[in-house]
Amino acid sequence: MTERTIPLTNITDDLPCDSAVEVCTPGEGKPESGITRRKFVKNTSGMSAASLLGTAALMTNSDDAHATSEWAEWFQGNYRLMSDEEKQEAVDRLERRYSAEYGKDVTVDTTPAQEGVLFGYALNIQKCIGCRRCVKACVEENNQSRGEAQETEWIRVLKMEKGEFSEAKMGEGYPDDYGIQVGGNAYTAAGVVIEGEHYYEPEKVPEEDSFYMPIACMQCEKPPCVKVCPVRTTYREPDGIVVIDYNWCIGCRMCIGACPYWARRFNWGEPNLPKDQMNPVTHYLGNRPRMKGVVEKCTFCIQRTRKGRYPACVEVCPVGARKFGNLLDPESEVRRVLASKRVFRMKADMNTYPKFFYYVD
Amino acid sequence: MKPIISFCTDYVLYLFKGGIKYWAWLGFLSIFVVLWAYGNYAQLTQGMIITGLTDQVSWGLYLANFVFLVGVAAGAVTVVFPAYVYKHKALHEVTVLGEMLAIAAVVMCGLFILNHMGRPDRLWHLIPIIGIYNFPSSMLTWDIIVLMGYLLLNVFGGFYYLYKKYTGEPLNNKFYLPIIYVAIVWALSIHTVTAFFMNTMPARPMWHHGMMPIRFISTAFAAGPALIIIVFSIVRNNTKLWIKDEAIDMLSTTVVWCLGIALFLTFSEIVTEFYHPTEHSLGLQYLMFGHNGLNNLVPWFWTSLVGLVATFILLLIPSVRKNRALLPWICAVTFLSVWVEKGMGLMLPGSIPTPIGEFAQYSPTMLEIFNCIGNWAIGFIILTLLTKAGVGVLVGDLRYEGAATTQEAENEEEAGYASA
Repeated sequence: MTERTIPLTNITDDLPCDSAVEVCTPGEGKPESGITRRKFVKNTSGMSAASLLGTAALMTNSDDAHATSEWAEWFQGNYRLMSDEEKQEAVDRLERRYSAEYGKDVTVDTTPAQEGVLFGYALNIQKCIGCRRCVKACVEENNQSRGEAQETEWIRVLKMEKGEFSEAKMGEGYPDDYGIQVGGNAYTAAGVVIEGEHYYEPEKVPEEDSFYMPIACMQCEKPPCVKVCPVRTTYREPDGIVVIDYNWCIGCRMCIGACPYWARRFNWGEPNLPKDQMNPVTHYLGNRPRMKGVVEKCTFCIQRTRKGRYPACVEVCPVGARKFGNLLDPESEVRRVLASKRVFRMKADMNTYPKFFYYVD
Repeated sequence: MKPIISFCTDYVLYLFKGGIKYWAWLGFLSIFVVLWAYGNYAQLTQGMIITGLTDQVSWGLYLANFVFLVGVAAGAVTVVFPAYVYKHKALHEVTVLGEMLAIAAVVMCGLFILNHMGRPDRLWHLIPIIGIYNFPSSMLTWDIIVLMGYLLLNVFGGFYYLYKKYTGEPLNNKFYLPIIYVAIVWALSIHTVTAFFMNTMPARPMWHHGMMPIRFISTAFAAGPALIIIVFSIVRNNTKLWIKDEAIDMLSTTVVWCLGIALFLTFSEIVTEFYHPTEHSLGLQYLMFGHNGLNNLVPWFWTSLVGLVATFILLLIPSVRKNRALLPWICAVTFLSVWVEKGMGLMLPGSIPTPIGEFAQYSPTMLEIFNCIGNWAIGFIILTLLTKAGVGVLVGDLRYEGAATTQEAENEEEAGYASA
């Protein structure tokens, strides 16, 4: 497969980390009801695909690329258990369908995990300015659904309050029978308290009274989502990435229940991915277009990282808060962070052993 | 072979013999099946976006009804257990009706699960060999095993009994009794596993405690027999089958004590969570008092609690418990209160707040409600048909031509039952 330039967000060059920058608007993360299937499916469904499809058209009498491929896809097995030939067949079928649907030359990569690689991520919460460029870059790189009907974002940036302490609040709280005050000035949210504020929309970031803690899939070494999946459609790859075979997922959402990090998203309706915005460089287990009724999440940009590139969020971060690398390589950035910085994992009490670390300088 | 074919045809034909009330009831339920068909069509074509579910609250009304109905199915054991373990004669006569109720409830569970799934077309992925069955790792796979097993046990046990009654032959207790005793233990397992599939998730602190299974079972054994009492009262008043007072008294006693245990467990949970409320108590706090004005569930919780406490107190009074006119209505309140408590009251606060602390409310859409009511309607149609035919066999309306007289068969069976 050839390397391509992947369209990212417009990054302003030379952003000093302390300057205020524009903030990308957050997605609601909630679908609204009563929305019909995405328009482009309708637009393409009538397209005569015989010329584009070649062999696929020979396989059945139908000349509808979508229907033909989906019918064949319905019978395919779990990706992990497929033989190399079956994988190739599945990939060819997908490439044909996607190319016809999106009107461009779409590739579906199957690069397996490399030996001696265990991917890890480190995020500097001291540097993060909450601009959400990572979120936007991720959406564009990974072909997430966009638009009001169903806005899917794998990364969410949580806003943390620094806490508000003033003498005026000293009287708050309530005294007990013996006059000892319960609560008062320090009876307030401060620092890393996870209260799920990820819809902040200020004029400029960073805000004076806040700092930011982006979250996404933590790529746990002991992933609760994998354990609960009844059909093993989600599993941990040898390089530590937890992936989903979108064609095998039955949509039971056990994994969403089990995930302590709210990392997983469900395709409530048919995802909306405009043709012109579709990223044609895809991986089977990563950013290929999804269908309705299946779960998706961050894959550390598997289509990039297995080719030796950085994830889109790392590349786009204007303040260099995001580090990525091979945990087995002592010289990698992520290992250097682990060796020299103050590091923590989110919800360590869950014993999930995330390979996503937070640190401060 | 001939009696089996005859049983099947007679059974089906008998379902068409009914009075005006019977047909009116079935017709009434069918209206909801039409709405159900519309709702399901919308969901299958457009996806689950037609529901009120979100990434924040991704388990909603479908799964809430499922969990409740697993309890109702398990509740059938409150008929079977006294009949076969305590040799309760009155209940023994109508055990098969409990089994029929279990069958209908498990079918409803299946319908709700199909609605809950994003890709019901891929159900075959669960079938071992051609698919992948993540057993024993995934609790959902355990739940499928126990529910399917329970369905089979009740179908075999129930229809074997009906068939033997139909032909007038004695039951082969070597075959029948093991099914019954396995089914009794199995009934506990279905609800235990259903509790496990929720409470084994540390990500959801509201559910993550060891009290869940016993609380599930105690509420199930209140709601299940409550529904059975209602069914029995209808059967008594509308058919030739006179279900004895002792049968209903036994069930109402079960309801009241299981309600008492359930309330005690609720009380224990509230004390534990509220003495020093942590972040893990936020779900319960949201359920009981709301959160900064987000209080969709608050009226439901308190209404249900009042219902449970009131019916518990009323049922403790013997004269009320034995009041045949009043009892079905009290049981209806119990049933609905448990439905709220264990359905919405337990399912939703597991997701509110989300694991990252976001409070997002959920309200089902009209289509989602159509699908739910439709599932219930289909379940009640099945229950009505199964109960009607079951009663038909028990009273002797459905009989094989060359069958021994009812009395002879009963005597033989009693002998076998007593010796077992």
